[in-house]
Amino acid sequence: MKPPPFSYHDPQTIPDVIGLLQRLENNRLLAGGQSLMPMLNMRLVLPDHLIDLNKVEGLAYIRETGGALEIGAMTRQREIEFAGAVRERCPLMHEAILQVGHRQTRNRGTLGGSLCQLDPSAELVTVAAALDATVAVAGPKGTREIPFSKFPKTYMTPAIGPDELLTGARFPLWAKNHGHAFVEFARRHGDFAIVSAAALLEEDGAGKIKRASVTLGGVGPAPVRVKELERAIVGSAASDALFRDACEICRKIEAMQDVHAPSSYRQHLAAVLSRRALEKAHARIGGGRG
Amino acid sequence: MDRPVFQPALEGGFVGRSVPRLEDLPMLTGSGRYAADISFPRELHMRVVRSSHAHARIVAIDASAARELPGCVAVWTSEDVADIPPIDFRPTRVQGLEPYRQPVLARGRVRYVGEPVAVVFAEDPYLAEDAADLVAMEVEELPVVLSADRGTEAAVIRKGYGDVAAAFAAAHAVVELDLAIGRHSGVPLETRGAIARYDAMRDVLELHGATKRPHANRDLLARMLAREPSSIHLYEGHVGGGFGVRGEIYPEDVLVCAAALRLGRPVKWIEDRRENLMACNHSREQRHRVRAAIDAEGRILGIDDEFFHDQGAYVRTHGARVADMTAGMLPGPYRVPAYRAIGHYRLTNKTPAATYRAPGRYEATFVCERLLDAIAAKIGIDRVEARRRNLIPKTEMPYARELDVIDTELVLDSGDYAGLLDKALARAGWPALQRELETRRAAGEAVGAGLAFFVEKSGLGPVDGARVSMAADGTFDVVTGAASLGQGVETVLAQIAADALGVDYRRVRVAHGCTDRIEQGYGSHASRTTVMTGSAVHIAATKLRENMQPGCSAQGSFKSEHMTYPYGAHIAVVKVDRETGGVAVERYLAAFDIGRAVNPRLVEGQIEGGVVQGLGGALLEEFVYDAQGSPLSVTLADYAMPTACEAPGIAVLLTEDAPSPLNPLGIKGAGEGGVNPVGAVIASAIDDALGVPGAVTRLPVTPARLVEIMRAERR
Repeated sequence: MKPPPFSYHDPQTIPDVIGLLQRLENNRLLAGGQSLMPMLNMRLVLPDHLIDLNKVEGLAYIRETGGALEIGAMTRQREIEFAGAVRERCPLMHEAILQVGHRQTRNRGTLGGSLCQLDPSAELVTVAAALDATVAVAGPKGTREIPFSKFPKTYMTPAIGPDELLTGARFPLWAKNHGHAFVEFARRHGDFAIVSAAALLEEDGAGKIKRASVTLGGVGPAPVRVKELERAIVGSAASDALFRDACEICRKIEAMQDVHAPSSYRQHLAAVLSRRALEKAHARIGGGRG
Repeated sequence: MDRPVFQPALEGGFVGRSVPRLEDLPMLTGSGRYAADISFPRELHMRVVRSSHAHARIVAIDASAARELPGCVAVWTSEDVADIPPIDFRPTRVQGLEPYRQPVLARGRVRYVGEPVAVVFAEDPYLAEDAADLVAMEVEELPVVLSADRGTEAAVIRKGYGDVAAAFAAAHAVVELDLAIGRHSGVPLETRGAIARYDAMRDVLELHGATKRPHANRDLLARMLAREPSSIHLYEGHVGGGFGVRGEIYPEDVLVCAAALRLGRPVKWIEDRRENLMACNHSREQRHRVRAAIDAEGRILGIDDEFFHDQGAYVRTHGARVADMTAGMLPGPYRVPAYRAIGHYRLTNKTPAATYRAPGRYEATFVCERLLDAIAAKIGIDRVEARRRNLIPKTEMPYARELDVIDTELVLDSGDYAGLLDKALARAGWPALQRELETRRAAGEAVGAGLAFFVEKSGLGPVDGARVSMAADGTFDVVTGAASLGQGVETVLAQIAADALGVDYRRVRVAHGCTDRIEQGYGSHASRTTVMTGSAVHIAATKLRENMQPGCSAQGSFKSEHMTYPYGAHIAVVKVDRETGGVAVERYLAAFDIGRAVNPRLVEGQIEGGVVQGLGGALLEEFVYDAQGSPLSVTLADYAMPTACEAPGIAVLLTEDAPSPLNPLGIKGAGEGGVNPVGAVIASAIDDALGVPGAVTRLPVTPARLVEIMRAERR
């Protein structure tokens, strides 16, 4: 539980970070350290250089612009938890963040760290997929935007170049009267979810579902947007039977297995939790408390 | 200095009062001294190179790169410690275990992932780990055995009495169960640590970080290192949790001592969490095929149990005691006219196992109480009634069972089992609770209540001693051979001494855990300290009071051939999520009769902590291995211990209806009654919530397993 030797760098600006990324072989970026530090201590990662982002200016912010919430990569999860803009305009993220680790880990953990770690069970990763977020990445040629659906390259690997860093993410907001729910099943409070489900719903004036988003975390190697389920419910009036039947499709998603649960159990939970999320989101449409 | 020699004692004495702990100030002010806090000048840091193979022949170990690393002082493999014998187990009647003892470093073969194959000594812990990474091992893989259904049978435990065949022949009915308890163990938040230092001036080898049984460990180390016991001293600091696993002699303890002697520098080893989960004793994993013969009223005529104990790769210091206690304690609080237990103690390619809080009894109570529930279902009577019909009545106490447990005759010393059952049911409001649960079930909730009765054992003999002396300033020193695992030994022994002396307990200093303060000592384990050491302190202090002068001291010795047997009943209410298989424990009552509670608040703390640990084994904790024998539960993310968030509100009902006749204060031990029946009571409650008697046959009841149980039930 002692890391091997590495060099430590603490740049102050984004260009400095990019310069270090270009210059230093075998580097790792350190954000909140809630995953990287244990991985270093267990020697699961063996970098020669650690580039600490904690002193870099301009990476911590939460702002609402142009129908979206923009959050800086180094924004602490605890700041997201207490941000009025998040609670009022993006209640899905607020509900999810309360289930991220424990308050001690949220004090250090960051949005960018979680998105780049890309644990398929991580709440913020699932939320980003559910909201069709766009991530901003800075590199030697300037800044580019990547839709979150293209962000996971493979299991726990983001589509970021070796000389790039994530600077923030943009979360498009849903209509004010939308319904939302983030539900998860974990064995203990604060654990990574075995399976989580995020649901967003909007209805038209006639009580039919106009827009839907359903995302499952912890099932596949990256969050799974269940488009087929979304299509199956859009255009219909919500009902228990509609949700129950439509969610059965989730049992067919190819699921991971690990020490906590076999894949068949994850598929089962995917159907159960997606239905529960939809029911809860529907009850909250128009400000219902669900 | 003009201090009053005698402080007036509390009226009515200190024993029986929840007085504040004497130990707390350093803990609360951050001044505690745990193993990692102990350092000596010029110390070296030891790092263990562990096998990553579950079973393999060692072809070669190449440590040349490690030896060349600047800052690395030495690397040892088995050739370097060829003169150190394997680690012995406690004396036992069980024959034939010697060949399976663990060498301090693997010789020729590795038998589990995590087995020490080499050790590195370096100038700092970082360098030690760097050097350890450079030790290369070439092996030839061998087939692995991961189930006690197979595996080398190191011993068979046979216990029993009466005519079992006749009991089954005469039975009105037979219930038969196939039950399993998962592999889990005590996981102290403070990992193990050992710091050895050789003082050439005194020719004394010191080992710091000791606990549980310092004197016995001193003697064992003396044999292994070929030194006189009087030239080895063990020292205990604060302890962040013992639970049976900490304070035994493991390879690492021997290695730091040998290194301190040979390298001439202090040597420190602090276990990391990953090591802890694959190197420290595992426990509990057993499979039972058990049958009970019953009459038409559900009275037990006989029990026949065959079980398979998964010992892991080696016999450790406890020998076969866990299997022995399982077989000895399985009949619990019940009249069982005929009994037979056959325990297959088998070796597998897993981390070796030994005792974990209520060893053998967590398992035995699960099996016994599953049987009682099955009997109730078979006859069609209430679960409470099934127990009432079988409990040993108060009038038959003391009750000699024709069994031995860890080489002592089993005589239940005192008890009013039915009386405690009544009190527990009354405290839980059992009839109203049943109505409430009925209503909730009718509304669609899967809620249920479980009940388990159990007998614990405590106060393991044969003897203990203490010395009490009066200092010139009017304070008192109590020197014992006990150990402190954090449970409040100093406070409790001071309370006992204070009452015998007629002084304030805060004027009593209690020494423990230091082999250079007292010639003999038996440490703290088996819920023995308050019973055995407490009685010795009582005797010594009573003697001193006869001639209480500054500078005077008195010795006390207490012998006991038999253990004391506290008993209890737990009741739990659970809610099952039928879809996810999640189980929420809504309410919990632990009723426990320990004869006399010296400090009720500390006893309640023992019980509550034990209950939470028991919930871990019932619902969460399991050491899982893959098909190659690699352990998958090697972090606290994957080995899921309950946290404060998962702990239910726990009500404790302490009774003192059956003081032990075996010691002057009537005390029985309180350390293990919290954990003992938790697996049993949770299983019973889940059955009740599902409305399916006997649904739970395997612990832990993970959500995935519970979903499977419900799916099978629907088919």
